[in-house]
Amino acid sequence: MNPIIDGVQKALQLIFSGDPTVYGIVYRSLFFSGIAAILAALWGIPIAMLLGLKDFRGKSIVKGIFNTLIGMPTVALGLILFLIFSKAGPLGFLGLLYTPGAVILGEAVLVTPLVVSIATTAIEAVDPEMINLAKTLGASESQASIAVLKEAVNGVIFSNIASFNRAIAELGVALLVGGNIAGLTDVLTTDISKFTQRGDLALAIALSTILLAIVFGINLIIIIARNPKVLAILGRSPQ
Amino acid sequence: MTVLTELENLTKCFGNRTVLDDVTLQIEEGEIIALLGPNGSGKTTLLKILAFLEKPESGEVKFQGETVTDKNAERMRLQSAMVFQRTMLFSTSVYNNVAYGLRMRKLPKNLIKEEVQKALSLVKLEGFERRSAKKLSGGEQQRVALARALVLKIKLLLLDEPTANLDPKNASIVEEAIAAANHELKTTIVIATHNMFQAKNLPNRIVLMNNGRINEVGTPAEIFGKLSKTLASFAAVENTFRGTAKMTKEGTTSIDIGNGVQVIATAPNTGEVSIFVSPEDIILSKNRLESSARNVFKGSIIGIQDLGSVVKLRIDVGKPFTVQITKGSFHDMRTTLNSEVYLAFKASSVQII
Repeated sequence: MNPIIDGVQKALQLIFSGDPTVYGIVYRSLFFSGIAAILAALWGIPIAMLLGLKDFRGKSIVKGIFNTLIGMPTVALGLILFLIFSKAGPLGFLGLLYTPGAVILGEAVLVTPLVVSIATTAIEAVDPEMINLAKTLGASESQASIAVLKEAVNGVIFSNIASFNRAIAELGVALLVGGNIAGLTDVLTTDISKFTQRGDLALAIALSTILLAIVFGINLIIIIARNPKVLAILGRSPQ
Repeated sequence: MTVLTELENLTKCFGNRTVLDDVTLQIEEGEIIALLGPNGSGKTTLLKILAFLEKPESGEVKFQGETVTDKNAERMRLQSAMVFQRTMLFSTSVYNNVAYGLRMRKLPKNLIKEEVQKALSLVKLEGFERRSAKKLSGGEQQRVALARALVLKIKLLLLDEPTANLDPKNASIVEEAIAAANHELKTTIVIATHNMFQAKNLPNRIVLMNNGRINEVGTPAEIFGKLSKTLASFAAVENTFRGTAKMTKEGTTSIDIGNGVQVIATAPNTGEVSIFVSPEDIILSKNRLESSARNVFKGSIIGIQDLGSVVKLRIDVGKPFTVQITKGSFHDMRTTLNSEVYLAFKASSVQII
């Protein structure tokens, strides 16, 4: 039988039989990328609020740097982080290299520019008088910033989803700082690479199928959720 | 009367541009003040300083006898609210928009509900609570914005051209609500306006502004009675012309405003006068209308300004007139710059001021 067709058949069996190896990898991928996206949002959104709401010298340079870093090759960032986390590196004392923590932190760093850039654009698109509006109605400085963030909520959510997508689909960082240790730091992308090289096409195809399903599924949800009709149904409840 | 707000020698600059220059003004509790002046005269900046949203470079702002500082501005803001010229609403329901300030003040839910309903009824938007605010018409949106400020029952309400972009029906609802707030809640109101008619009828006092300075302060009767040169020189105060009036045999007044333009008014007058025609009172047509309007002029469109639901047109008939029509009418007429049009307005629409 054709090895590709054979691989696809076996892959479907692995997916639908609930194979623990496959789902262990999927779980780790979702967990690492999810936590990385949350971490990136935790520090990325405040940076975006600063860039979107405040004027300061060098602001456009900072924005430019974040925009440029979106295109950072994952392998290059992986190598930089490897050097930082390695024993001789500045954060070597943390003993993070080849641990889940290193993968999560590395992916969070990788997707931060994406969160910052998209969220900043969304916040800047809100009427600049909105902050004054909130203030004149009695909001404090921080409450007014939250009001602006709420107006930019679609863009901010989009930035988080995009960052999750980038984290789950990247290979370089997870491979270099995680070491692809089976059952510990291996994720979908690193295992697809490993199983393909080993000739275990069935597993590679199964994992690729799941990865694609996750990425496309999330994009599909975004498209559906952004549909005005769906938004109208979900419509922010009035009271 | 008690003084609510005092401004002393205020100066405000944006970069190299001085937008307010040595402004001193006292605002009494419970009065309505109209700030009248052309674009760029500093009205909006003055309102923002009164709303504690902008800080002056120099000078002092006192609210209820207390000097406003960085430290107490947030607390002071709880006593005032500004309604902006460009309607801004939160992307949520009408209810949530109007309730926003009350929530910031941590009022109990049941009280918020009650107050929101009262405020919506004041602007004739009962039953709109669950509607998405941004899907309302321009006029309704501005009424939500006004209700959102009125609901707070603040001491000082600041309105920046609240009816500038509204059709006459919405404008009159807004004006009624403003008058009711002043009358019933004793809210002190400062309103920036271009609308001469509004300036003449609504306020207790008028502050004439030009180039960041206050030129004159007085009652409407004082300001319009002598029609100060400052007022007459405001190019932005639309459809205000100076001319020589003489009585006609029919008992009407004919005013020569220059360049061969004779305007007929019903109010008797002679000599040097100034006249005002509200842009909403002028009918625009492509062909000469057979109507009872005594004033009909042929001219060409020299300016088009899109204001959302309405369009403002500048028509040169020898003198430039401003006409306000709905966007629907504008599209139906298919007029463009330099199109030839006719203006018509009744003699009774001409106010001699």
